[in-house]
Amino acid sequence: MIAVDNLRLSQGAFALNGINFTIPTGRYGVLMGKTGSGKTTILEAVAGLRSVSGGKILLDGREVTHATPAARGVGYVPQDAALFRSMTVSANLSFALRIRKAPLTEIERRVHELADWLDIAPLLDRFPHGLSGGEAQRVALGRALACRPRILLLDEPLSSLDEDTRDQMTALLLKVKQAHEVTVLHVTHNRREAEQLGDVRLRLDAGQIDSEA
Amino acid sequence: MSTHSPDAAGQRSNRVFYWCLSLLGGTYIVLIVAMLVADLAYTSPQHFSAALAKPEIRYAIMLSLVSCSITAILSLWVGVPLGYLLSRTQFPGKTLVDTLLDIPIVLPPLVIGLSLLILFTSPPGRWFQENVMSVTYFVPSVILAQFSVAAAFAVRTMRVTFDQINPRTEQVALTLGCTRGQAFWNITLPEAWRGLLTAGTLSWARSLGEFGPILIFSGATRMRTEVLPTTVFLELSIGNLEAALAVSLLMIVVAVAVLVLTRTLGLRGTGLI
Repeated sequence: MIAVDNLRLSQGAFALNGINFTIPTGRYGVLMGKTGSGKTTILEAVAGLRSVSGGKILLDGREVTHATPAARGVGYVPQDAALFRSMTVSANLSFALRIRKAPLTEIERRVHELADWLDIAPLLDRFPHGLSGGEAQRVALGRALACRPRILLLDEPLSSLDEDTRDQMTALLLKVKQAHEVTVLHVTHNRREAEQLGDVRLRLDAGQIDSEA
Repeated sequence: MSTHSPDAAGQRSNRVFYWCLSLLGGTYIVLIVAMLVADLAYTSPQHFSAALAKPEIRYAIMLSLVSCSITAILSLWVGVPLGYLLSRTQFPGKTLVDTLLDIPIVLPPLVIGLSLLILFTSPPGRWFQENVMSVTYFVPSVILAQFSVAAAFAVRTMRVTFDQINPRTEQVALTLGCTRGQAFWNITLPEAWRGLLTAGTLSWARSLGEFGPILIFSGATRMRTEVLPTTVFLELSIGNLEAALAVSLLMIVVAVAVLVLTRTLGLRGTGLI
């Protein structure tokens, strides 16, 4: 579950006050809003990448408002994928497991499992440089899911993709949704994405969050 | 009808424009090439071998190589943390720190040497020399004089390097379980390898040509604090132009090699190359 209670955020002249929403466990939440409305700011606050000036963030019932990003157990896919350029695709996928000093056999098994699931097995030995936008996004999704987080945060994961690739990625995200293993917060400015994917649809408008049926 | 069409007139005007630019800029190119050609024409392989046979010059080459290498490492040692902090963080007094770091670059080299000399004759400096190690007029002073200037270049290079690396990758690493330190070591530093090499190479090259601060702070004692620029100065002062030129050419070759290496590594936009 992702619960945001009366959250206050400020950055320079920009401020959000009294942000409230809940995405139940295992559900796929989509937060819509115009560019510059602050939806990415909210996502970053949930990820722990931005300090908050008030209110509470709860993940699976545990308050994490001021916890470090590492302590939150979230998977995060930024808009530009932000793959680790000095590592191969395989090393990108295994990064979270290696940081946790997981056994080699487990790392190997998980990397191959993810590669098959994301259909990126032929890319494992390649470096991120030269991957297409869709390939990079799939690797970023795999990297975020490697440690089986309970929460997945997606920042406009489809916005930089062409139409065909977007459909493939949407199909992949539907698979994530149907597995009900993670609670998702997906940020987008695209209504169609919200309708295709969202169980819980939220709209950020003029600093307030409204639920859509 | 006019015999000169507007198009032909325009093309002639364009040609004149480019000729004027080439002529004005070309004088500088000619000057650089003429200097190098004159150096090469004046010297001969015999001058080279005679210069290299002198034990004082061999010592100077050795001291230059060792001191520049130590300086390059020390410059990275401070350049990486300072470059990172300036690039990624906001802190009180940041503008002041930024300005302070430019001082060694704009200060006249002799003034840096004099300032170091004064520092090490002050009570804390004297205490350091009496209880830790002798600095002034000894080899450590050579390294410190080189470091005082070269480190500023390393800091600027590393700052540009970190500015060019997407901070988002570090943020992703934090969400994947890293501490700030782990994200820096595992993600940012490996991505900065070109910048590290460039900063190290630039510091090394800058140190190789350093003369003013060394002359004041280390003196020009043969077989002790003599580095290659000192050799050029000393050989010139006793009228041995051939040896001075041979050593100068050696430094030119190294400088060009460094320039080529830095360009190959492709870190432009540092404002330094």
